[in-house]
Amino acid sequence: MTHASDTTTRGWSLGPVIHPGRIVAWTLLALGAVVMMVPLVYMVATSFKYPNEVYELNIIPHEPTLDNYTYIFQNTRFGIWFVNSLLTSSLVTVSVLFFDSLVGYTLAKFKFRGREFVFIAILTTLMIPTEMLIVPWYIMAKNFGWLNSYWGIMFPGLITGFGVFLMRQFFSGIPDDYIHAARIDGLNEFQIWWKVAMPLVTPALSALAIFTFLGNWTAFLWPLIATNDRALYTVPVGLASFSGEFLSDWELIMTGATLATLPTLIVFIIFQRYIIRGVVLAGLKG
Amino acid sequence: MAELTLKNVVKRYGNIEIVHGINLDIKDGEFVVLVGPSGCGKSTTLRMIAGLESLSSGTISIGDRVVNTLEPKDRNIAMVFQNYALYPHMTVFRNIAFGLHAAKLPKDAIDKKVREAAKLLGLSELLERRPNELSGGQRQRVAMGRAIVRDPTVFLFDEPLSNLDAQLRGQMRTEIKRLHQSIGTTIVYVTHDQVEAMTLADRIVIMRDGRIEQVGTPLDVFHAPVSTFVAGFIGTPTMNLIALPVRQSGGNATLAFSDQDVLPLSTEVVRRIGNRDRVTVGIRPDDLVITPADAARERQGTRLEGTVVVAEPLGVTTQVIARVGDHELVGMADGRFVPQAGAPVALTCDVARLHLFDPETQRSLAS
Ligand SMILES: Nc1ncnc2c1ncn2[C@@H]1O[C@H](COP(=O)(O)OP(=O)(O)OP(=O)(O)O)[C@@H](O)[C@H]1O
Ligand SMILES: [Mg+2]
Repeated sequence: MTHASDTTTRGWSLGPVIHPGRIVAWTLLALGAVVMMVPLVYMVATSFKYPNEVYELNIIPHEPTLDNYTYIFQNTRFGIWFVNSLLTSSLVTVSVLFFDSLVGYTLAKFKFRGREFVFIAILTTLMIPTEMLIVPWYIMAKNFGWLNSYWGIMFPGLITGFGVFLMRQFFSGIPDDYIHAARIDGLNEFQIWWKVAMPLVTPALSALAIFTFLGNWTAFLWPLIATNDRALYTVPVGLASFSGEFLSDWELIMTGATLATLPTLIVFIIFQRYIIRGVVLAGLKG
Repeated sequence: MAELTLKNVVKRYGNIEIVHGINLDIKDGEFVVLVGPSGCGKSTTLRMIAGLESLSSGTISIGDRVVNTLEPKDRNIAMVFQNYALYPHMTVFRNIAFGLHAAKLPKDAIDKKVREAAKLLGLSELLERRPNELSGGQRQRVAMGRAIVRDPTVFLFDEPLSNLDAQLRGQMRTEIKRLHQSIGTTIVYVTHDQVEAMTLADRIVIMRDGRIEQVGTPLDVFHAPVSTFVAGFIGTPTMNLIALPVRQSGGNATLAFSDQDVLPLSTEVVRRIGNRDRVTVGIRPDDLVITPADAARERQGTRLEGTVVVAEPLGVTTQVIARVGDHELVGMADGRFVPQAGAPVALTCDVARLHLFDPETQRSLAS
């Protein structure tokens, strides 16, 4: 009682204390948010506009319409591209999570001759830019007959050096006692990895899942080169072909782009929760 | 239950030998504590018993079976770790049941075992919680529960209490002792806390630099330490250990703390010292009684005089650090006597309770 009245009087008389540093920080954050958000907002807004309104600056369309969406799904192959992207990105993500963490765990927790060498060799692959790899990939895919297939789109990303590195670092942080305890409990090494070590690194797995999915969802250059059958295009490749086809039908291009961002949002929302829970788990001592 | 035997057990990492040939016979149902300073190879030895670490040479047998090449899970042992190693993503129940699930026991058998263990350890109410919702002591109990349900023939503990605060540590110590009394399984327990070793052990194994320094009951190692190392390691406060000159004249001999402060020695002690002119003397602080200087004036013989450096009242007694000649000695005074720094005091000790060591080898002088 007394406490409550206390705070109200103080609130009235003094007002909230605002630090100047806070103001600067908030202003910068707000500016950043605006700069990041404005294009997105226009993208979404434009997708609900009629063509005559596209070059006006209003955010809320005068006459909101879903015509662009129906058009895209009825008259283009956007639906198929969407499925292609979803399929390839998800499969690559699953593969990366599985293999990168398996390799990372082995490098972190098993002592064998040449362990450091293998690790460094994997690290060096991080220093080669994708652009340099495209040609070898292409030659490889062509000779194996992988062009114009899902496998052709996916194979370069199935294991990543970055993921191996990330997972190795996280697995190194797990006390050996967990592994010893599981060994005494009678698990085999694969079960120890899967049932004990993997749950302990969920934050890293979530982060890796987000990176990998987004990276593959937005990948452009390689899918463009690996496919020339329009039925195998991924969303970014398909969207790019839009701008040639519709020239400046911005409302259609923006509709495609809006649809393209949806899965990234969903993935982030799903895994973000795991990231936070994972951080809580990681902070646990026992 | 089973006896456990280590024969010439050696462990090398690369070229570095960490454990230099350990021999140890542990009887069925015995509670053996390995103590020693950090890095002396206690955990390594324990992990070799568990099968988590291979032997470089030697044999380990449990019962009549040599287990050198057996997997940890086939050795019928259970281990409790220093940081408990509870799986944070599982409930207490699942943590305790984990090994039983892995062994593919039927569900109702698992359920029964887990509940029995939980009851024994007072965890029945906590089975659905996660480890991060438990206190340190409770986590410790879960770790023990996980070990108990496996019905092991040998329990291995690696510093299980070192993450707990002092009060809880005392409490859990009692609980571990009670547990041992009720299930009677052989226990090998590693600690670097000598109080834990003294209170828990049937036998203490004192290790130093990968070797066994002494094996004995707590009272053995306390009253008859084989070396200055053991003498200094066991017992609190730490034993006073000082090298002193022996003055022999005729049949009589004295220990010289300073020019004035000399302690006459009995013929028995003189015989043990032999012809040495120096000896390392160990005096337990509890054997060194400190009194006001004037009160002891008329006492004869075994009396030293010194000045107080620090006096720490402990309630029943006062721990006094006093300077005698060039030496600082820790002794005990009555709790009501708390002298000021610099005050003169008298130090009395029973010569029969002195520990004597060779100043070169640091080994005990045989009685
Ligand atoms: N995997 C390893 N490779 C190389 N040396 C090791 C390894 N494990 C332990 N050692 C060394 O072996 C020695 C003994 O280690 P151990 O863990 O057995 O000591 P400890 O007696 O348990 O000490 P503490 O009380 O600190 O736990 C240490 O010097 C340590 O550095
Ligand atoms: Mg240790």
